[in-house]
Amino acid sequence: MTAASHHAPVKGPSGPPTSGTTAGPHLRRSLTRALPVSPALILLLLFLAGPIGYCAYIAFTDLQLTGQAESSFVGFENFRTAFQDEAFLNAVWLTLVFTVLSSLIGQNTLGLALASLMQRASKPVRTLTGAIVITAWVLPEVVAGFLLYAFFRREGTLNAILDWLQLPSQNWLFTLPILAVSFANVWRGTAFSMLVYSAALNEIPKEITEAAQVDGASGRRRMWHITLPMIRRSIGTNLMLNTLQTLSVFGLIWVMTRGGPGGKSQTLPLFMYEQAFQNSLIGYGTAVALLLLLVGALFSLVYMRLLRTEV
Amino acid sequence: MTPRTRMTRTLASRRSSRRLAADAGLLAVAAAFCLPLAWVLLSSVDSHADLRVKAPDGLTLDNFDAILTDDITFTPLLNSLILCGGATLLTVVCAALAAYPLSRFRSRLNRPFLLTILFATSLPITAIMVPVYALFVQVDLIDTMQGTIFFFAASQLPFAIWLMKNFMDGVPKELEEAAWTDGASSLQSLIRIVLPLMGPGVAVVTVFSFVMMWGNFFVPFMLLLTPDQMPASVSINEFFGNRGMVAYGQLAAFSIVYSTPVILLYVLISRRLGGGFALGGAVKG
Repeated sequence: MTAASHHAPVKGPSGPPTSGTTAGPHLRRSLTRALPVSPALILLLLFLAGPIGYCAYIAFTDLQLTGQAESSFVGFENFRTAFQDEAFLNAVWLTLVFTVLSSLIGQNTLGLALASLMQRASKPVRTLTGAIVITAWVLPEVVAGFLLYAFFRREGTLNAILDWLQLPSQNWLFTLPILAVSFANVWRGTAFSMLVYSAALNEIPKEITEAAQVDGASGRRRMWHITLPMIRRSIGTNLMLNTLQTLSVFGLIWVMTRGGPGGKSQTLPLFMYEQAFQNSLIGYGTAVALLLLLVGALFSLVYMRLLRTEV
Repeated sequence: MTPRTRMTRTLASRRSSRRLAADAGLLAVAAAFCLPLAWVLLSSVDSHADLRVKAPDGLTLDNFDAILTDDITFTPLLNSLILCGGATLLTVVCAALAAYPLSRFRSRLNRPFLLTILFATSLPITAIMVPVYALFVQVDLIDTMQGTIFFFAASQLPFAIWLMKNFMDGVPKELEEAAWTDGASSLQSLIRIVLPLMGPGVAVVTVFSFVMMWGNFFVPFMLLLTPDQMPASVSINEFFGNRGMVAYGQLAAFSIVYSTPVILLYVLISRRLGGGFALGGAVKG
Protein backbone atom coordinates (compact mmCIF):
# COMPACT_ATOMS: atom_id res chain seq x y z
CA MET A 1 0.00 0.00 0.00
CA THR A 2 2.01 2.89 -1.27
CA ALA A 3 -0.13 5.62 0.24
CA ALA A 4 0.57 4.15 3.62
CA SER A 5 4.28 4.10 3.51
CA HIS A 6 4.76 7.50 1.98
CA HIS A 7 2.41 9.55 4.04
CA ALA A 8 3.42 8.41 7.46
CA PRO A 9 2.28 11.35 9.56
CA VAL A 10 4.73 13.34 11.61
CA LYS A 11 4.16 11.99 15.03
CA GLY A 12 4.83 14.38 17.83
CA PRO A 13 4.40 14.21 21.55
CA SER A 14 1.31 16.43 21.42
CA GLY A 15 -2.12 14.88 21.62
CA PRO A 16 -5.60 15.61 22.82
CA PRO A 17 -5.94 16.49 26.48
CA THR A 18 -6.62 13.51 28.70
CA SER A 19 -8.23 13.78 32.05
CA GLY A 20 -6.45 12.80 35.23
CA THR A 21 -2.79 13.46 35.79
CA THR A 22 -2.31 11.88 39.18
CA ALA A 23 -1.36 8.21 39.40
CA GLY A 24 0.71 6.89 36.52
CA PRO A 25 -0.29 9.61 34.03
CA HIS A 26 1.77 8.04 31.32
CA LEU A 27 0.16 4.63 31.58
CA ARG A 28 -3.28 6.08 31.86
CA ARG A 29 -2.74 8.24 28.82
CA SER A 30 -1.60 5.24 26.80
CA LEU A 31 -4.63 3.28 27.92
CA THR A 32 -7.06 6.07 27.05
CA ARG A 33 -5.45 6.42 23.66
CA ALA A 34 -5.60 2.70 22.96
CA LEU A 35 -9.24 2.46 24.07
CA PRO A 36 -10.76 2.99 20.59
CA VAL A 37 -8.91 -0.07 19.33
CA SER A 38 -10.74 -2.31 21.78
CA PRO A 39 -14.00 -3.02 19.87
CA ALA A 40 -12.03 -4.13 16.83
CA LEU A 41 -9.64 -6.08 19.01
CA ILE A 42 -12.44 -7.91 20.81
CA LEU A 43 -14.14 -8.85 17.52
CA LEU A 44 -10.87 -10.05 16.04
CA LEU A 45 -9.94 -12.08 19.09
CA LEU A 46 -13.36 -13.69 19.51
CA PHE A 47 -14.27 -14.37 15.90
CA LEU A 48 -10.96 -14.69 14.09
CA ALA A 49 -8.17 -15.63 16.48
CA GLY A 50 -10.59 -17.82 18.46
CA PRO A 51 -11.59 -20.04 15.54
CA ILE A 52 -7.98 -20.27 14.36
CA GLY A 53 -6.92 -21.47 17.80
CA TYR A 54 -9.88 -23.82 17.93
CA CYS A 55 -8.95 -25.07 14.47
CA ALA A 56 -5.45 -25.90 15.69
CA TYR A 57 -7.02 -27.77 18.60
CA ILE A 58 -9.73 -29.89 16.96
CA ALA A 59 -7.43 -30.84 14.10
CA PHE A 60 -5.84 -33.16 16.65
CA THR A 61 -9.11 -34.70 17.86
CA ASP A 62 -11.61 -37.14 16.40
CA LEU A 63 -14.55 -34.73 16.75
CA GLN A 64 -17.57 -35.81 14.71
CA LEU A 65 -20.62 -33.97 13.53
CA THR A 66 -23.21 -36.33 14.95
CA GLY A 67 -23.48 -38.65 17.88
CA GLN A 68 -20.91 -38.52 20.59
CA ALA A 69 -20.50 -35.37 22.63
CA GLU A 70 -17.04 -36.35 23.77
CA SER A 71 -14.09 -36.23 21.46
CA SER A 72 -10.64 -37.43 22.29
CA PHE A 73 -7.16 -36.32 21.48
CA VAL A 74 -5.67 -38.39 18.68
CA GLY A 75 -2.37 -36.63 18.02
CA PHE A 76 -1.25 -36.59 14.43
CA GLU A 77 -3.68 -39.35 13.44
CA ASN A 78 -5.76 -37.07 11.18
CA PHE A 79 -2.69 -35.90 9.32
CA ARG A 80 -1.40 -39.44 8.96
CA THR A 81 -4.79 -40.47 7.57
CA ALA A 82 -4.75 -37.53 5.18
CA PHE A 83 -1.42 -38.35 3.63
CA GLN A 84 -2.53 -41.92 3.02
CA ASP A 85 -5.91 -40.86 1.70
CA GLU A 86 -5.98 -40.92 -2.08
CA ALA A 87 -8.88 -38.51 -2.18
CA PHE A 88 -6.81 -36.02 -0.17
CA LEU A 89 -3.77 -36.37 -2.41
CA ASN A 90 -6.07 -35.97 -5.40
CA ALA A 91 -7.43 -32.76 -3.87
CA VAL A 92 -3.90 -31.44 -3.25
CA TRP A 93 -2.98 -32.15 -6.86
CA LEU A 94 -6.15 -30.54 -8.21
CA THR A 95 -5.61 -27.49 -6.00
CA LEU A 96 -2.13 -27.15 -7.47
CA VAL A 97 -3.44 -27.50 -11.02
CA PHE A 98 -6.25 -25.04 -10.32
CA THR A 99 -3.88 -22.49 -8.78
CA VAL A 100 -1.19 -22.74 -11.43
CA LEU A 101 -3.61 -22.73 -14.36
CA SER A 102 -6.02 -20.08 -13.21
CA SER A 103 -3.95 -17.80 -11.02
CA LEU A 104 -0.29 -17.99 -12.01
CA ILE A 105 -0.83 -18.51 -15.73
CA GLY A 106 -4.36 -17.33 -16.45
CA GLN A 107 -5.23 -14.28 -14.37
CA ASN A 108 -1.69 -13.03 -14.10
CA THR A 109 -0.69 -13.26 -17.76
CA LEU A 110 -4.02 -12.17 -19.15
CA GLY A 111 -4.16 -9.29 -16.66
CA LEU A 112 -0.71 -8.11 -17.71
CA ALA A 113 -1.54 -8.50 -21.40
CA LEU A 114 -4.75 -6.51 -21.02
CA ALA A 115 -3.04 -3.78 -19.02
CA SER A 116 -0.24 -3.36 -21.54
CA LEU A 117 -2.62 -3.38 -24.51
CA MET A 118 -4.66 -0.75 -22.71
CA GLN A 119 -1.63 1.52 -22.63
CA ARG A 120 -1.73 1.73 -26.43
CA ALA A 121 -5.39 1.25 -27.28
CA SER A 122 -7.84 4.00 -28.11
CA LYS A 123 -9.93 5.35 -25.29
CA PRO A 124 -13.38 3.94 -26.20
CA VAL A 125 -12.03 0.42 -26.62
CA ARG A 126 -10.07 0.72 -23.39
CA THR A 127 -13.12 1.86 -21.46
CA LEU A 128 -15.39 -0.78 -22.94
CA THR A 129 -13.00 -3.66 -22.27
CA GLY A 130 -12.29 -2.40 -18.77
CA ALA A 131 -16.00 -2.20 -18.00
CA ILE A 132 -16.72 -5.75 -19.21
CA VAL A 133 -13.77 -7.34 -17.44
CA ILE A 134 -14.50 -5.49 -14.21
CA THR A 135 -18.18 -6.44 -14.34
CA ALA A 136 -17.13 -10.09 -14.36
CA TRP A 137 -15.10 -9.37 -11.23
CA VAL A 138 -17.76 -7.41 -9.34
CA LEU A 139 -20.53 -9.99 -9.90
CA PRO A 140 -21.31 -12.14 -6.85
CA GLU A 141 -19.37 -15.40 -6.80
CA VAL A 142 -22.45 -17.60 -7.15
CA VAL A 143 -23.79 -15.64 -10.11
CA ALA A 144 -20.41 -15.94 -11.82
CA GLY A 145 -20.62 -19.67 -11.14
CA PHE A 146 -24.02 -19.96 -12.85
CA LEU A 147 -22.96 -17.92 -15.85
CA LEU A 148 -19.92 -20.10 -16.42
CA TYR A 149 -21.94 -23.24 -15.74
CA ALA A 150 -24.27 -22.23 -18.55
CA PHE A 151 -21.29 -21.44 -20.72
CA PHE A 152 -19.59 -24.81 -20.30
CA ARG A 153 -22.61 -27.13 -20.18
CA ARG A 154 -23.14 -29.68 -22.92
CA GLU A 155 -25.92 -27.60 -24.41
CA GLY A 156 -24.18 -24.33 -23.53
CA THR A 157 -22.62 -21.47 -25.42
CA LEU A 158 -19.10 -22.86 -25.78
CA ASN A 159 -20.29 -25.98 -27.55
CA ALA A 160 -22.61 -23.92 -29.72
CA ILE A 161 -19.61 -21.91 -30.88
CA LEU A 162 -17.51 -25.02 -31.41
CA ASP A 163 -20.30 -26.56 -33.49
CA TRP A 164 -20.53 -23.44 -35.56
CA LEU A 165 -16.78 -23.58 -36.17
CA GLN A 166 -17.24 -27.28 -36.95
CA LEU A 167 -14.88 -28.25 -34.15
CA PRO A 168 -15.58 -31.25 -31.93
CA SER A 169 -17.65 -30.32 -28.93
CA GLN A 170 -17.78 -32.18 -25.64
CA ASN A 171 -19.36 -32.11 -22.22
CA TRP A 172 -16.72 -29.91 -20.59
CA LEU A 173 -18.01 -30.14 -17.04
CA PHE A 174 -17.84 -33.90 -17.30
CA THR A 175 -14.66 -34.56 -19.22
CA LEU A 176 -12.43 -31.70 -18.08
CA PRO A 177 -14.11 -30.13 -15.06
CA ILE A 178 -10.88 -28.79 -13.55
CA LEU A 179 -10.13 -26.96 -16.80
CA ALA A 180 -13.63 -25.51 -16.87
CA VAL A 181 -13.47 -24.22 -13.30
CA SER A 182 -9.98 -22.85 -13.93
CA PHE A 183 -11.28 -20.89 -16.88
CA ALA A 184 -14.16 -19.72 -14.75
CA ASN A 185 -11.71 -18.42 -12.18
CA VAL A 186 -9.73 -16.63 -14.89
CA TRP A 187 -12.95 -15.03 -16.13
CA ARG A 188 -13.83 -13.90 -12.66
CA GLY A 189 -10.43 -12.85 -11.32
CA THR A 190 -8.51 -11.26 -14.21
CA ALA A 191 -9.83 -7.77 -13.47
CA PHE A 192 -7.82 -7.57 -10.26
CA SER A 193 -4.51 -8.28 -12.03
CA MET A 194 -5.50 -5.92 -14.80
CA LEU A 195 -6.09 -3.09 -12.31
CA VAL A 196 -2.86 -3.76 -10.42
CA TYR A 197 -0.79 -3.87 -13.62
CA SER A 198 -2.49 -0.84 -15.14
CA ALA A 199 -1.56 1.16 -12.05
CA ALA A 200 2.01 -0.17 -12.19
CA LEU A 201 2.46 0.51 -15.91
CA ASN A 202 1.15 4.03 -15.54
CA GLU A 203 3.97 4.73 -13.12
CA ILE A 204 6.71 3.88 -15.61
CA PRO A 205 8.08 7.18 -16.93
CA LYS A 206 7.26 7.67 -20.62
CA GLU A 207 10.80 8.86 -21.41
CA ILE A 208 12.29 5.48 -20.65
CA THR A 209 10.14 3.46 -23.04
CA GLU A 210 10.36 6.15 -25.71
CA ALA A 211 14.15 6.25 -25.46
CA ALA A 212 14.28 2.49 -25.89
CA GLN A 213 11.93 2.74 -28.83
CA VAL A 214 14.07 5.35 -30.58
CA ASP A 215 17.11 3.16 -29.95
CA GLY A 216 15.30 0.48 -31.93
CA ALA A 217 14.43 -1.99 -29.18
CA SER A 218 11.63 -4.25 -30.34
CA GLY A 219 8.36 -4.55 -28.46
CA ARG A 220 9.27 -7.89 -26.98
CA ARG A 221 12.69 -6.68 -25.85
CA ARG A 222 11.24 -3.56 -24.28
CA MET A 223 8.78 -5.73 -22.38
CA TRP A 224 11.47 -8.13 -21.19
CA HIS A 225 14.28 -5.71 -20.37
CA ILE A 226 12.46 -2.58 -19.28
CA THR A 227 8.82 -3.05 -18.39
CA LEU A 228 8.96 -6.32 -16.48
CA PRO A 229 11.97 -5.39 -14.30
CA MET A 230 10.33 -2.06 -13.46
CA ILE A 231 7.07 -3.60 -12.31
CA ARG A 232 8.56 -6.69 -10.67
CA ARG A 233 7.27 -5.74 -7.25
CA SER A 234 3.74 -5.40 -8.50
CA ILE A 235 4.14 -8.80 -10.13
CA GLY A 236 5.19 -10.30 -6.81
CA THR A 237 2.34 -8.68 -4.91
CA ASN A 238 -0.19 -9.63 -7.53
CA LEU A 239 0.94 -13.25 -7.69
CA MET A 240 0.71 -13.57 -3.92
CA LEU A 241 -2.76 -12.05 -3.66
CA ASN A 242 -4.07 -14.01 -6.63
CA THR A 243 -2.75 -17.26 -5.24
CA LEU A 244 -4.21 -16.62 -1.79
CA GLN A 245 -7.56 -15.76 -3.32
CA THR A 246 -7.52 -18.82 -5.57
CA LEU A 247 -6.60 -21.17 -2.73
CA SER A 248 -9.83 -20.28 -0.97
CA VAL A 249 -12.26 -20.44 -3.91
CA PHE A 250 -15.28 -22.48 -2.87
CA GLY A 251 -18.55 -21.07 -4.19
CA LEU A 252 -17.51 -20.93 -7.83
CA ILE A 253 -16.56 -24.61 -7.97
CA TRP A 254 -19.45 -25.65 -5.76
CA VAL A 255 -21.98 -24.07 -8.11
CA MET A 256 -20.38 -25.37 -11.29
CA THR A 257 -19.52 -28.97 -10.40
CA ARG A 258 -19.89 -29.61 -6.64
CA GLY A 259 -16.32 -30.93 -6.92
CA GLY A 260 -17.42 -33.71 -9.21
CA PRO A 261 -17.82 -35.76 -11.17
CA GLY A 262 -16.08 -38.31 -9.01
CA GLY A 263 -13.85 -35.75 -7.33
CA LYS A 264 -12.37 -34.59 -10.63
CA SER A 265 -12.64 -30.94 -9.65
CA GLN A 266 -12.47 -31.33 -5.89
CA THR A 267 -9.94 -28.82 -4.62
CA LEU A 268 -8.94 -28.67 -0.96
CA PRO A 269 -11.74 -26.38 0.26
CA LEU A 270 -14.35 -28.70 -1.28
CA PHE A 271 -12.61 -31.77 0.08
CA MET A 272 -12.55 -30.19 3.52
CA TYR A 273 -16.25 -29.42 3.31
CA GLU A 274 -17.13 -32.93 2.18
CA GLN A 275 -15.17 -34.59 4.96
CA ALA A 276 -16.56 -32.33 7.67
CA PHE A 277 -20.22 -32.34 6.61
CA GLN A 278 -21.03 -35.15 4.24
CA ASN A 279 -18.82 -37.62 6.11
CA SER A 280 -19.36 -35.94 9.50
CA LEU A 281 -15.64 -36.04 10.28
CA ILE A 282 -15.15 -32.56 11.71
CA GLY A 283 -11.76 -33.43 13.18
CA TYR A 284 -10.45 -34.73 9.88
CA GLY A 285 -11.94 -31.87 7.88
CA THR A 286 -10.34 -29.41 10.26
CA ALA A 287 -6.94 -31.06 9.92
CA VAL A 288 -7.20 -30.44 6.18
CA ALA A 289 -8.34 -26.88 6.91
CA LEU A 290 -5.30 -26.38 9.13
CA LEU A 291 -2.99 -27.48 6.33
CA LEU A 292 -4.71 -25.03 3.98
CA LEU A 293 -4.37 -22.32 6.61
CA LEU A 294 -0.65 -23.04 7.01
CA VAL A 295 -0.07 -22.80 3.26
CA GLY A 296 -2.01 -19.53 3.28
CA ALA A 297 0.01 -18.25 6.23
CA LEU A 298 3.24 -19.08 4.42
CA PHE A 299 2.16 -17.13 1.34
CA SER A 300 1.00 -14.33 3.58
CA LEU A 301 4.45 -14.06 5.20
CA VAL A 302 6.14 -13.95 1.80
CA TYR A 303 3.68 -11.25 0.77
CA MET A 304 4.55 -9.15 3.84
CA ARG A 305 8.22 -9.59 3.03
CA LEU A 306 7.58 -8.24 -0.46
CA LEU A 307 5.72 -5.24 0.90
CA ARG A 308 8.57 -4.45 3.24
CA THR A 309 11.17 -4.39 0.46
CA GLU A 310 8.95 -2.03 -1.44
CA VAL A 311 9.00 0.64 1.25
CA MET B 1 11.64 14.71 -47.34
CA THR B 2 14.36 15.08 -44.73
CA PRO B 3 15.45 12.00 -42.79
CA ARG B 4 14.04 13.53 -39.68
CA THR B 5 10.49 13.96 -40.97
CA ARG B 6 10.63 10.49 -42.45
CA MET B 7 11.51 9.12 -39.06
CA THR B 8 8.65 10.93 -37.35
CA ARG B 9 6.37 9.68 -40.13
CA THR B 10 7.31 6.06 -39.65
CA LEU B 11 7.10 6.39 -35.88
CA ALA B 12 3.67 7.93 -36.17
CA SER B 13 2.36 5.34 -38.60
CA ARG B 14 3.87 2.58 -36.54
CA ARG B 15 2.15 4.02 -33.53
CA SER B 16 -1.25 4.09 -35.20
CA SER B 17 -0.90 0.53 -36.49
CA ARG B 18 0.10 -0.56 -33.01
CA ARG B 19 -2.98 1.16 -31.69
CA LEU B 20 -5.13 -0.76 -34.15
CA ALA B 21 -3.52 -4.04 -33.11
CA ALA B 22 -4.05 -3.22 -29.44
CA ASP B 23 -7.68 -2.31 -30.09
CA ALA B 24 -8.24 -5.56 -31.95
CA GLY B 25 -6.64 -7.60 -29.16
CA LEU B 26 -8.71 -5.91 -26.48
CA LEU B 27 -11.92 -6.29 -28.44
CA ALA B 28 -11.28 -10.01 -28.88
CA VAL B 29 -10.84 -10.49 -25.13
CA ALA B 30 -13.84 -8.27 -24.43
CA ALA B 31 -15.99 -10.39 -26.77
CA ALA B 32 -14.93 -13.59 -25.01
CA PHE B 33 -15.60 -12.09 -21.59
CA CYS B 34 -18.91 -10.78 -22.83
CA LEU B 35 -20.44 -14.13 -23.82
CA PRO B 36 -21.50 -15.29 -20.33
CA LEU B 37 -22.76 -11.78 -19.56
CA ALA B 38 -24.75 -11.75 -22.78
CA TRP B 39 -26.34 -15.04 -21.78
CA VAL B 40 -27.70 -13.67 -18.53
CA LEU B 41 -29.02 -10.49 -20.15
CA LEU B 42 -30.69 -12.23 -23.09
CA SER B 43 -32.08 -15.15 -21.10
CA SER B 44 -33.69 -12.92 -18.55
CA VAL B 45 -36.05 -11.50 -21.19
CA ASP B 46 -36.45 -14.75 -23.13
CA SER B 47 -39.60 -16.79 -22.61
CA HIS B 48 -37.84 -19.98 -23.71
CA ALA B 49 -34.41 -19.48 -22.25
CA ASP B 50 -31.95 -22.36 -22.24
CA LEU B 51 -28.24 -22.56 -21.67
CA ARG B 52 -26.83 -20.92 -24.75
CA VAL B 53 -26.55 -17.37 -25.96
CA LYS B 54 -29.29 -16.75 -28.49
CA ALA B 55 -31.65 -14.06 -29.56
CA PRO B 56 -34.76 -14.21 -27.33
CA ASP B 57 -37.85 -15.89 -28.79
CA GLY B 58 -39.70 -12.72 -28.07
CA LEU B 59 -39.12 -10.09 -25.46
CA THR B 60 -40.96 -10.70 -22.24
CA LEU B 61 -40.80 -9.55 -18.66
CA ASP B 62 -42.50 -12.74 -17.44
CA ASN B 63 -39.30 -14.02 -15.86
CA PHE B 64 -39.00 -10.93 -13.71
CA ASP B 65 -42.70 -11.11 -12.95
CA ALA B 66 -42.34 -14.69 -11.79
CA ILE B 67 -39.45 -14.07 -9.42
CA LEU B 68 -40.45 -10.75 -7.90
CA THR B 69 -42.31 -12.35 -5.02
CA ASP B 70 -41.63 -12.32 -1.29
CA ASP B 71 -40.46 -15.92 -1.21
CA ILE B 72 -38.07 -15.89 -4.10
CA THR B 73 -36.65 -12.40 -4.16
CA PHE B 74 -37.65 -9.92 -1.49
CA THR B 75 -37.03 -11.97 1.63
CA PRO B 76 -33.56 -13.18 0.56
CA LEU B 77 -32.59 -9.68 -0.54
CA LEU B 78 -33.80 -8.25 2.74
CA ASN B 79 -31.80 -10.91 4.58
CA SER B 80 -28.75 -10.01 2.51
CA LEU B 81 -29.29 -6.37 3.32
CA ILE B 82 -29.60 -7.01 7.08
CA LEU B 83 -26.55 -9.27 7.13
CA CYS B 84 -24.29 -7.18 4.94
CA GLY B 85 -25.57 -3.82 6.11
CA GLY B 86 -25.20 -4.74 9.79
CA ALA B 87 -21.78 -6.26 9.31
CA THR B 88 -20.58 -3.34 7.16
CA LEU B 89 -21.71 -0.84 9.76
CA LEU B 90 -19.92 -2.77 12.48
CA THR B 91 -16.81 -3.11 10.34
CA VAL B 92 -16.60 0.55 9.41
CA VAL B 93 -17.21 1.84 12.93
CA CYS B 94 -14.69 -0.53 14.51
CA ALA B 95 -12.15 0.11 11.75
CA ALA B 96 -12.44 3.90 12.05
CA LEU B 97 -12.05 3.76 15.83
CA ALA B 98 -9.10 1.41 15.62
CA ALA B 99 -7.38 3.28 12.82
CA TYR B 100 -7.36 6.58 14.71
CA PRO B 101 -4.83 5.80 17.45
CA LEU B 102 -2.81 3.72 14.99
CA SER B 103 -2.55 6.66 12.65
CA ARG B 104 -2.17 9.45 15.20
CA PHE B 105 -0.19 8.28 18.22
CA ARG B 106 3.19 6.73 18.44
CA SER B 107 3.35 3.50 20.36
CA ARG B 108 5.62 0.52 20.53
CA LEU B 109 2.62 -1.70 19.84
CA ASN B 110 1.62 -0.06 16.55
CA ARG B 111 4.05 -1.92 14.35
CA PRO B 112 3.41 -5.43 15.67
CA PHE B 113 -0.34 -4.77 15.60
CA LEU B 114 -0.28 -3.53 12.02
CA LEU B 115 1.89 -6.41 10.90
CA THR B 116 -0.55 -8.86 12.47
CA ILE B 117 -3.42 -7.11 10.73
CA LEU B 118 -1.62 -7.25 7.39
CA PHE B 119 -0.92 -10.92 7.97
CA ALA B 120 -4.58 -11.55 8.74
CA THR B 121 -5.79 -9.75 5.59
CA SER B 122 -4.40 -12.52 3.44
CA LEU B 123 -5.38 -15.59 5.46
CA PRO B 124 -7.80 -17.84 3.57
CA ILE B 125 -11.04 -17.38 5.50
CA THR B 126 -12.51 -20.40 3.73
CA ALA B 127 -10.13 -22.61 5.67
CA ILE B 128 -11.49 -21.67 9.08
CA MET B 129 -15.18 -22.10 8.28
CA VAL B 130 -15.33 -25.68 9.55
CA PRO B 131 -13.94 -24.77 13.00
CA VAL B 132 -16.11 -21.64 13.07
CA TYR B 133 -19.13 -23.85 12.48
CA ALA B 134 -18.07 -26.20 15.29
CA LEU B 135 -17.42 -23.26 17.60
CA PHE B 136 -20.76 -21.61 16.78
CA VAL B 137 -22.57 -24.86 17.59
CA GLN B 138 -20.88 -24.88 21.02
CA VAL B 139 -21.76 -21.29 21.90
CA ASP B 140 -25.25 -21.35 20.34
CA LEU B 141 -24.53 -18.78 17.68
CA ILE B 142 -25.24 -21.17 14.83
CA ASP B 143 -28.19 -20.18 12.64
CA THR B 144 -28.39 -16.68 14.11
CA MET B 145 -28.17 -13.45 12.16
CA GLN B 146 -26.09 -11.76 14.86
CA GLY B 147 -23.52 -14.54 14.92
CA THR B 148 -23.13 -14.37 11.16
CA ILE B 149 -22.90 -10.57 11.30
CA PHE B 150 -20.15 -10.74 13.94
CA PHE B 151 -18.18 -13.24 11.93
CA PHE B 152 -18.60 -11.28 8.70
CA ALA B 153 -17.38 -8.13 10.43
CA ALA B 154 -14.40 -9.88 12.01
CA SER B 155 -13.38 -11.44 8.72
CA GLN B 156 -13.51 -8.10 6.92
CA LEU B 157 -11.94 -6.04 9.71
CA PRO B 158 -8.23 -6.62 9.02
CA PHE B 159 -8.48 -5.25 5.51
CA ALA B 160 -10.83 -2.46 6.59
CA ILE B 161 -8.47 -1.33 9.37
CA TRP B 162 -5.53 -1.46 7.02
CA LEU B 163 -7.29 0.63 4.33
CA MET B 164 -8.77 3.03 6.85
CA LYS B 165 -5.42 3.69 8.52
CA ASN B 166 -3.81 4.42 5.19
CA PHE B 167 -6.54 6.85 4.21
CA MET B 168 -6.33 8.48 7.64
CA ASP B 169 -2.57 8.95 7.32
CA GLY B 170 -3.31 11.17 4.34
CA VAL B 171 -5.27 13.66 6.48
CA PRO B 172 -2.89 16.36 7.83
CA LYS B 173 -2.63 16.59 11.56
CA GLU B 174 -2.60 20.39 11.95
CA LEU B 175 -6.37 20.83 12.04
CA GLU B 176 -6.77 18.38 14.87
CA GLU B 177 -3.99 20.00 16.82
CA ALA B 178 -5.97 23.21 16.76
CA ALA B 179 -9.03 21.33 18.00
CA TRP B 180 -7.00 19.65 20.75
CA THR B 181 -5.82 23.04 21.95
CA ASP B 182 -9.46 24.03 22.18
CA GLY B 183 -10.03 21.03 24.42
CA ALA B 184 -11.66 18.58 21.99
CA SER B 185 -11.25 14.92 22.83
CA SER B 186 -9.91 12.25 20.48
CA LEU B 187 -13.38 11.01 19.72
CA GLN B 188 -14.66 14.50 18.94
CA SER B 189 -11.79 15.28 16.61
CA LEU B 190 -12.18 11.91 14.90
CA ILE B 191 -15.88 12.45 14.22
CA ARG B 192 -15.88 16.17 13.52
CA ILE B 193 -12.58 16.65 11.72
CA VAL B 194 -10.84 13.52 10.48
CA LEU B 195 -13.73 11.45 9.13
CA PRO B 196 -15.36 14.29 7.18
CA LEU B 197 -11.99 15.07 5.59
CA MET B 198 -11.52 11.48 4.48
CA GLY B 199 -15.04 11.00 3.10
CA PRO B 200 -13.94 9.23 -0.09
CA GLY B 201 -11.75 6.90 1.97
CA VAL B 202 -14.62 5.97 4.27
CA ALA B 203 -16.81 5.44 1.20
CA VAL B 204 -14.28 3.07 -0.30
CA VAL B 205 -13.97 1.02 2.89
CA THR B 206 -17.76 0.89 3.26
CA VAL B 207 -18.53 -0.07 -0.30
CA PHE B 208 -15.69 -2.54 -0.51
CA SER B 209 -16.76 -4.33 2.68
CA PHE B 210 -20.38 -4.38 1.58
CA VAL B 211 -19.62 -5.72 -1.88
CA MET B 212 -17.38 -8.46 -0.51
CA MET B 213 -20.08 -9.63 1.90
CA TRP B 214 -22.94 -9.31 -0.58
CA GLY B 215 -21.22 -11.74 -2.90
CA ASN B 216 -20.03 -14.10 -0.19
CA PHE B 217 -21.59 -17.51 -0.41
CA PHE B 218 -19.61 -19.76 1.93
CA VAL B 219 -20.07 -17.89 5.22
CA PRO B 220 -23.90 -17.77 5.27
CA PHE B 221 -24.01 -21.21 3.65
CA MET B 222 -22.15 -22.60 6.66
CA LEU B 223 -23.45 -20.49 9.51
CA LEU B 224 -27.16 -20.21 8.67
CA LEU B 225 -29.51 -23.19 8.48
CA THR B 226 -33.10 -21.91 8.40
CA PRO B 227 -34.28 -21.22 4.83
CA ASP B 228 -36.13 -18.08 5.97
CA GLN B 229 -32.88 -16.47 7.05
CA MET B 230 -30.89 -17.23 3.92
CA PRO B 231 -29.44 -14.31 1.97
CA ALA B 232 -29.67 -14.17 -1.81
CA SER B 233 -26.20 -15.67 -2.29
CA VAL B 234 -27.44 -18.97 -0.85
CA SER B 235 -31.12 -18.92 -1.84
CA ILE B 236 -30.18 -18.64 -5.52
CA ASN B 237 -29.26 -22.35 -5.36
CA GLU B 238 -32.94 -23.12 -4.86
CA PHE B 239 -33.42 -22.65 -8.58
CA PHE B 240 -31.52 -25.88 -9.01
CA GLY B 241 -32.48 -27.83 -5.94
CA ASN B 242 -36.11 -28.13 -5.13
CA ARG B 243 -38.02 -26.74 -8.05
CA GLY B 244 -37.54 -29.65 -10.40
CA MET B 245 -36.82 -28.41 -13.87
CA VAL B 246 -34.54 -25.42 -13.88
CA ALA B 247 -36.19 -22.27 -15.14
CA TYR B 248 -33.14 -20.68 -16.69
CA GLY B 249 -34.93 -17.49 -17.61
CA GLN B 250 -35.95 -16.96 -14.01
CA LEU B 251 -32.48 -17.84 -12.78
CA ALA B 252 -31.06 -15.21 -15.12
CA ALA B 253 -33.60 -12.63 -14.01
CA PHE B 254 -32.82 -13.31 -10.35
CA SER B 255 -29.08 -13.08 -11.04
CA ILE B 256 -29.60 -9.64 -12.51
CA VAL B 257 -31.74 -8.40 -9.63
CA TYR B 258 -29.25 -9.76 -7.12
CA SER B 259 -26.15 -8.38 -8.87
CA THR B 260 -27.40 -4.90 -9.68
CA PRO B 261 -26.79 -3.30 -6.24
CA VAL B 262 -23.11 -4.22 -6.11
CA ILE B 263 -22.49 -3.13 -9.69
CA LEU B 264 -24.13 0.23 -8.98
CA LEU B 265 -22.08 0.64 -5.80
CA TYR B 266 -18.89 -0.16 -7.66
CA VAL B 267 -19.70 2.39 -10.37
CA LEU B 268 -20.43 4.93 -7.65
CA ILE B 269 -17.07 4.68 -5.92
CA SER B 270 -15.03 4.24 -9.08
CA ARG B 271 -16.55 7.45 -10.44
CA ARG B 272 -15.79 9.32 -7.28
CA LEU B 273 -12.21 8.21 -7.21
CA GLY B 274 -11.47 8.84 -10.86
CA GLY B 275 -11.60 5.66 -12.88
CA GLY B 276 -11.85 2.07 -11.78
CA PHE B 277 -8.27 2.01 -10.63
CA ALA B 278 -8.76 3.09 -7.05
CA LEU B 279 -9.16 -0.34 -5.52
CA GLY B 280 -6.37 -1.80 -7.58
CA GLY B 281 -4.13 0.99 -6.42
CA ALA B 282 -5.23 0.59 -2.83
CA VAL B 283 -4.35 -3.08 -2.73
CA LYS B 284 -1.28 -2.65 -4.83
CA GLY B 285 1.13 -2.82 -1.92
